[in-house]
Amino acid sequence: MISLVEFILVGLVLTNLVLLGTSRIGLCIRMVAFQGVGLALLPLLGHGEFELSSLAISGATALLKGWIFPTLLFRSLESAHVRAEVEPYVGYSNSLLFGVAALGVSVWLGGRMPVPGPGVPQLLTPVAFFTILVGLFGIVTRRKAVSQVVSYLVLENGIFAFGAVALRKAQLLVEMGILLDVFVAVFVMGIAIFRINREFDHIDADRLASLKE
Amino acid sequence: MSPAVHLDALWRIAAGLVLCPLLFGCINRVKAKFAGRQGQPLLQTYYDLAKLLGKGAVYSATTSWVFPLGPMLGLACILAALTLAPLGGQPGLFSFEGDLFLFAGLLSLGRFATAAAALDTGSSFEGMGASREMQFAVPAELAQVLGLAALAQATGTYSLSEMLARLDMAHWVATGPVLALTATALFLVLLAETCRIPVDDPNTHLELTMIHEVMVLDHSGPDFAFILYGQGVKLWTLGAVLTGLIIPARGDALLDPALGALGIFGLAVAIGIGESSMARLRLLLVPRLLVGATALSGLALILLLR
Repeated sequence: MISLVEFILVGLVLTNLVLLGTSRIGLCIRMVAFQGVGLALLPLLGHGEFELSSLAISGATALLKGWIFPTLLFRSLESAHVRAEVEPYVGYSNSLLFGVAALGVSVWLGGRMPVPGPGVPQLLTPVAFFTILVGLFGIVTRRKAVSQVVSYLVLENGIFAFGAVALRKAQLLVEMGILLDVFVAVFVMGIAIFRINREFDHIDADRLASLKE
Repeated sequence: MSPAVHLDALWRIAAGLVLCPLLFGCINRVKAKFAGRQGQPLLQTYYDLAKLLGKGAVYSATTSWVFPLGPMLGLACILAALTLAPLGGQPGLFSFEGDLFLFAGLLSLGRFATAAAALDTGSSFEGMGASREMQFAVPAELAQVLGLAALAQATGTYSLSEMLARLDMAHWVATGPVLALTATALFLVLLAETCRIPVDDPNTHLELTMIHEVMVLDHSGPDFAFILYGQGVKLWTLGAVLTGLIIPARGDALLDPALGALGIFGLAVAIGIGESSMARLRLLLVPRLLVGATALSGLALILLLR
């Protein structure tokens, strides 16, 4: 019987595939928000017993990833007048094929790693790896600054998924640290996108390479 | 290893052969209801087939023996695939370990025959259709084989009949999400293989968007009847496999096939609803959809293998 944790993990994989296969940035932001809300449930389910600190992490995660980040990203999307990723470095079909390959690699890697503790689902390590890989892939292959921020969030979701189930001690400290870190990062990136857009009328990150005085 | 022969499957195959043109009538009736039309008669495909079989065929002087071979080989392949396909968990006429690869191979061979006949006409237009069909076939085939492999992993056998017979309620309870992923992937493959919306629009006659219809433009009379009938049998065969997966087998020799056949007609209604409610995808998006199906069945396989 597949438990709720595994259900969330499978959902994580499916949303990752959507992220790889779509050009609509708005849809990407929604998918990452879904991931965030799903992940927010993990600290509550991971341990079995109900603790106040887990509840705090869950609440903060759901608030940040499910509401604040999407709002911020949608705002920068609106100010930049972008709706779709145009011509990423790697096409969408190839991205999806990369996804299948990455999933295979993650399962292979996950099988060689020791399971972090009793009661941790076997699926966790591969899925966390896979999410991290998809995030990295997105950062490298997408052109628009907003998509790169979204990919960064995906990468961070992978790390969070691992920590939420596997970490036992000092969970609150670690997760809160990461969350605040990400919050500041997204905030700064939102400002950066706004600045880039105001200076250059576009947010294609690759064209920044030819910046001149 | 000699294949097991199930003679009692003959009546199930006969039912498929008789009922499959009705599927098109069913789809068309659903679409007509959605559009507020009365629609063509349910048995229209039978009339069409009878009319086409009564006509003579016209062959262009530029075509060779490959051209008339296409429809015949295509129909023969799909009929052979039908003998392998179980209905409602009851076995097909033949079954042996590994017949799921023969099943996929027969579908490919049929597609090759159609494409070769299209190329044989020398028309660049038909060549374009053949090229598209083959391009979409690559991810569709991958998705199908991976999906069937996932089912093989879930049930521990490589025989199509055995596999679907073992898929009972217990399997659905144990590995429900994985089976649902596989079913979704196989449904997308079915849409691609039978040229329905969103992959291909069977009613379109715009040059730029046709895929399957382009390839069969030059066929006439009995040849076209073969192609039309082959499409029906293909829809029935793939539908039988898909409903065999979706409806848990209970081992009842009479009730299960009846449920399976009902399921296939339910599938036709679902296809009709889908065709009424959405437009076909842009041509560039079709490979993405099919690669997505591949990803789904690949995911199902990986989840089962871990």
